Amino acid sequence: MKNYFSTRWGIIGVGAFIGVIAAVLQKLGNPGNMGICVACFERDIAGAIGLHRAGVVQYMRPEIIGFVLGSLVAAYLFKEFRPRTGSAPIVRFVLGVFAMIGALVFLGCPWRALLRLAAGDANSIFGLLGLTAGIWIGTLFFKGGYSLGRAQKTYTSVGWLLPLTMIGFLALMLIFPQVKGEAKSDILFYSVKGPGMMHAPLLISLAAGLFIGFLAQRSRFCTMGAFRDLILFKQAHLFTGLLALVVFAFITNLALGQFHPGFAGQPVAHTMQIWNFGGMVLAGLAFALAGGCPGRQLFLAGEGDGDAAIFVMGMIVGAGVAHNFGLASSPNGVGPHGIAAVMVGLIVCVFIGFTMRQK
Amino acid sequence: MSNRLDATGLSCPQPVLLTMNKMKELQHGELMILVDNDTAKENVSRMARSQGWDVTDVQKNETGYQLTIKKDA
Repeated sequence: MKNYFSTRWGIIGVGAFIGVIAAVLQKLGNPGNMGICVACFERDIAGAIGLHRAGVVQYMRPEIIGFVLGSLVAAYLFKEFRPRTGSAPIVRFVLGVFAMIGALVFLGCPWRALLRLAAGDANSIFGLLGLTAGIWIGTLFFKGGYSLGRAQKTYTSVGWLLPLTMIGFLALMLIFPQVKGEAKSDILFYSVKGPGMMHAPLLISLAAGLFIGFLAQRSRFCTMGAFRDLILFKQAHLFTGLLALVVFAFITNLALGQFHPGFAGQPVAHTMQIWNFGGMVLAGLAFALAGGCPGRQLFLAGEGDGDAAIFVMGMIVGAGVAHNFGLASSPNGVGPHGIAAVMVGLIVCVFIGFTMRQK
Repeated sequence: MSNRLDATGLSCPQPVLLTMNKMKELQHGELMILVDNDTAKENVSRMARSQGWDVTDVQKNETGYQLTIKKDA
């Protein structure tokens, strides 16, 4: 059976859809230039379950839950659910931790970097340049024989663990719903100020996540892969999807009055360009070594990839570390230990890249 | 057939990278590649076609797919 979504027009259509939906989610309540941000939203989830206590970024984001479950549905419908694991899980966890730290120094995952660009935030250009540089370094390791090794087929239940975790998160959200003006609903934390309090209605967020998860599983949409394939294989297939995302988010932002070009005063962004760049070098390298952008890791986890699930867990834990240790940036600039964390992260990634090579 | 490549269990971009390296080594002829997921099948096929190779056969087996690609001298 031909998979229409993995064709040229399929990937363009999916990119365009994500761009429009992201801009609309912002209109419906999500934070500025953050209609969708996988890193930020996983960070908010880490906050919702109290892994960090940064009061402004705590919310159980239904989009993330939808991404995994939408992909799960697509994978089952098209007989692509393949439980697998065992390809260097601990390395994937560590890469996830540092990917999150790098993303939080910049303030966004690749998706948000694109959405920020599409909304006129010029600081994102430095983030995207950093992302490209990080992925380029990653391709050098691949050319040198870097490999995380082979995954093994495993029990169906293994593939279900992350989707079940997401179902659990959703259940928690329904059992302990947000109480207006309250910072806590029994065990769950809910921001009462800052970006964490800004969100589209639960059902809309969840539905958007499910649709995107479904389409992204079918189309293999991946922002890291877009740059990687262009650099490594001179192949623009995934990149056309990424361009479609930017163009359609831009058009939608214009239509909704959400386009504000400039550097200063951009929502949830800072202007320390070296660290917008540096943070994303780290994130890009970690994504490249782990084989996918944060969104793609969620979709892979939805189709049974236990190693991608470990990366997701790494990112959520990394968000806890980032906020507990003052590594994450704020609109005022980088955190007190953000720069040191980027350095450590780069050393760790280079160590992984150099030592995990097959002859 | 002697030109075989086992890319099962490997994640992106390795199946494509291995195939590309093998194609460069062979220049032309026939190459059989084993992959275990649809994404790798699509990616390897797409890259092979872009390099002027034909995807002559796709067999489904218990672990995934066996692709055959070919380029005339």
